[in-house]
Amino acid sequence: MIEMLLSSVPQWALAHAAPLLVMVPLMLAPLLALVPSGRVAWLVSIAATAATLVFALILLGIVQSPESGGIVSYAMGNWLPPLGIELRVDALNAMILVLVGVIGLLATIMSYPTVLAEVRKEKTALFYSAFLACFAGLCGVAITGDAFNLFVFLEISSISTYVLVALGASRDRRALHAAFNYLIMGTIGATFFIIGVGFLYAATGTLNMADIASKLPALQGSRTVQAGFAFIVVGLGLKAAMWPLHQWLPNAYSYSPSFVTMFLSATATKVALYALIRFLFFVFSPTFAFEHAAFTALLMPLGIAAMVACSFQAVFQTDVRRVLAYSSVAQVGYMILGVSVGTAAGLSAGLFHLLNHAMIKGALFMAVAAVVLTYKGTNIRDFAGLGRSAPWTMTAFAIAGLSLIGVPLTAGFQSKLQLGYALFDNGWWWAVILVVFSSFLAVIYVGRILEAVFFQPPVNPRKTRKEAPIVLLVPLWILALANIYFGISTDIPLGLARDAAAAAFGLEAFR
Amino acid sequence: MSPDMLILAALCLPLLIAIGIAAAGRFPNVREGVTVVGSVLLLGVVIALAMAVSNGETPYLDLGSAAPGLSFTFKLEPLGALFALVASGLWIVNSFYSIGYMRGNRERNQTRFYICFAFAIFGALGVAMSGNLFTLFVFYEVLTLSTYPLVAHKGDAAAKRGGRIYLLTLLGTSIGLFLTALMWTWTLAGQNLDFVQGGLLAGLNISPAVSTALLLLFAFGIGKAALMPVHFWLPNAMVAPTPVSALLHAVAVVKAGVFTVMKVSIFIFGEELLNATPGREFILGVACFTIIVASLVAMTKDNLKARLAYSTIAQLAYVTAGAMLANEAGFLGGSIQIAAHAAGKMTLFMCAGAIYVATGVTNISQMRGLGRRMPMVFIAFFIASLSIIGIPPMAGSWAKYELMQGAINGGNAYVPWVLIGSSLLNIAYLLPIPILALMPPPGSPEPRPFKRPGGAPALTVAAPVFTAALCIILFFLIGPLADFLAPTVGSSAAAIATGVQP
Repeated sequence: MIEMLLSSVPQWALAHAAPLLVMVPLMLAPLLALVPSGRVAWLVSIAATAATLVFALILLGIVQSPESGGIVSYAMGNWLPPLGIELRVDALNAMILVLVGVIGLLATIMSYPTVLAEVRKEKTALFYSAFLACFAGLCGVAITGDAFNLFVFLEISSISTYVLVALGASRDRRALHAAFNYLIMGTIGATFFIIGVGFLYAATGTLNMADIASKLPALQGSRTVQAGFAFIVVGLGLKAAMWPLHQWLPNAYSYSPSFVTMFLSATATKVALYALIRFLFFVFSPTFAFEHAAFTALLMPLGIAAMVACSFQAVFQTDVRRVLAYSSVAQVGYMILGVSVGTAAGLSAGLFHLLNHAMIKGALFMAVAAVVLTYKGTNIRDFAGLGRSAPWTMTAFAIAGLSLIGVPLTAGFQSKLQLGYALFDNGWWWAVILVVFSSFLAVIYVGRILEAVFFQPPVNPRKTRKEAPIVLLVPLWILALANIYFGISTDIPLGLARDAAAAAFGLEAFR
Repeated sequence: MSPDMLILAALCLPLLIAIGIAAAGRFPNVREGVTVVGSVLLLGVVIALAMAVSNGETPYLDLGSAAPGLSFTFKLEPLGALFALVASGLWIVNSFYSIGYMRGNRERNQTRFYICFAFAIFGALGVAMSGNLFTLFVFYEVLTLSTYPLVAHKGDAAAKRGGRIYLLTLLGTSIGLFLTALMWTWTLAGQNLDFVQGGLLAGLNISPAVSTALLLLFAFGIGKAALMPVHFWLPNAMVAPTPVSALLHAVAVVKAGVFTVMKVSIFIFGEELLNATPGREFILGVACFTIIVASLVAMTKDNLKARLAYSTIAQLAYVTAGAMLANEAGFLGGSIQIAAHAAGKMTLFMCAGAIYVATGVTNISQMRGLGRRMPMVFIAFFIASLSIIGIPPMAGSWAKYELMQGAINGGNAYVPWVLIGSSLLNIAYLLPIPILALMPPPGSPEPRPFKRPGGAPALTVAAPVFTAALCIILFFLIGPLADFLAPTVGSSAAAIATGVQP
């Protein structure tokens, strides 16, 4: 399919795919602010995210083709890399770009009815403007090869995210508080990150990530580099909701408009995690991160703590969105645990789960958005009996929920298998026990919701069947079916994750 | 059709039946027709497969791989063929019985009931035919999830509670322990999970500590085998309608559990590694403990289904014990027990259901003298009890005999005493029921009158009588059965089986 795409697009698209991928949404974002009609803004957003997805697929195709050598490098404004800004795509971020593109497109398609219902009418176009800016920022973080430029895009996406979260205020005033909290935490994270980049710049005299990487081995033992490393990890960890820096996440996910929650849960933390991996494995080499800085000893306990503690917290929540939000932090824990193994198998397991979790949480939050649209409440009690009144929505929710648990024949099961393999391979059998323990907690917190949905009578009996509108159901079912398809055949996501892990370790092919 | 295509047919048929049932949901007679015709066809397919296996073929089907090293493959060997035969054969009997029971009881949501039943058979056949541990695990979970709605069928508070315990225990053990064991095996064997004659892990130089840990994970992770202390789901699952208890909790689900234990012992560990594993003795001890304690608990239960549930737990532990004896006679004894106990326990459950439909009685103390009104049911109950106890000429006697033989060959001298003790306990808790029902002591109160005119529906009486007859027939078929199983459990066992009477 990708070959067909590559052969059919014009030459300029092939040559300039990397900048266009970011520029299309970034340029359209301010224009949307001027558009009076929310519907036009919605359609334009669909077009923009679709264009981004096409460019992401083109980049993936080029990276996968043998003649490219696995890397696409683009010098912005023809200023050559160490001096100018470089956009650099390899197997790792091509995968992330495709993920952001797919989720962005599906999320935008489903967004219109929920945005109409949850955001004040005159702000609809502004809302889409902020969304496109956020989307462009995330793509920018994923595509850039320049450390400072990464900071810029990180801030573009973050600031627009604060706006998006705050727009939930018309539904629930607590959104303002959540957005402010997120603003403070996010800014601290970004500041830490830029301080770290500053240290690296002081030590190496360059901002290009590949260039920094080439100069770092000579600076072994430098305190400046080590301090920079620490700042960067904390800064990006905050953005990625790494335990215990996740405090902003549950509130931000619970009170923002449903569409924003869905989009953020499937992309924002994933992109931040990507940036963390990029720094750990490319800028600092695996040898530096995992051997000299003994990073395993730091990351692994954090991953496990997230996995266990936040799963526990999820069990005791009464609001479905908070259950899922805490579960998200726990799932980030799985990814961190995979990364912390420090082997190619571990990293590929972490990335594989990153892809699968985006599908899982995307589908779950989409179903929640549908419920919010038709039935308002998001308490578990409000979900009672929905299995009868909205069977299509809830069946998709159940599929994604089972995938979150890791039931066989779903994508979540395959991630657990890969993670378990990586952990056993490294001799961490006790970590596997904790992983399965956390899965068991997932059985409980997902089971509570599913039981309410399918086995409890509705609180206020509703006479009519009320499904979500079709624009919501179609993307929802695409994601739900993807969960099953990728649970049976993992060639595509596992292939992407393995290529990415191989690239991260500088291997010819995954071993 | 080639044997390989037959596997595909055996997998697709239950799914097609499920679709057919769903489509015919509004017309109960057509719906039941679909179930009956489909189950007969399925048995035909499975018999054809079993014939191919007995001719020395190994039907094999590869449906592609989910990830490198994790493929959906199906490979039928004699033990799997036996399990498939038991499950699909008894499904027909059970279908007739279900029709009588569900209509006689006017249960609700019957379409959902039959659909889930078809899915459960799909899961059981998948388990039986799986060619590697990954496929087996997947179908094991299909079986768990598809039977949950059956357990919670009634929808009242007790049914929901039972269903929740059922689901949480089985999912918890399988995800928590079984999956861990699976991933560990996968890593140890170098991304391979195939069932290999002689043991996948054999010859890999695995330390006794690791193999013990693995064995413990498998033994307790396969919650469906109901080894103590993960047995408590089984009595709780008795809230299900009786046909479910009969087929699933005496045949398909629990047998899938012990079958998995057998498969893991024979094809993942293999005789040699199992004998070199110190944990084997421990699991054998746990199995013996389960046999005795579950029998003792059964004596205290007045509710007939609860008593049968505890009896099932004890009888399942026979198979685990057989697997843990880790020699040919032990494997053979465990395999025969799978078939023999299926026929016997299913009869008992169906009798319990027939009594319930006819009179609404569930407690043993109220059954005195009932045998005068329902003689066929209680005679069937009596025959099946004898088979469970292990008295010739009933099928259950062979299983016990082979297990004792295996225990003595393996030097576990205490196991035969446990088995004898278990037989005595079986006599104590099973035989009084039919005897007091058929020959009440003078002065017993009159049993309750039938709540439905004409007593139990004919179908619910014919089915247990048929399976009771099966208990006797199986006794005489032991020679062919042992020959059939020889490729899996080892050839020398066949000679033992055909040569000596118990």
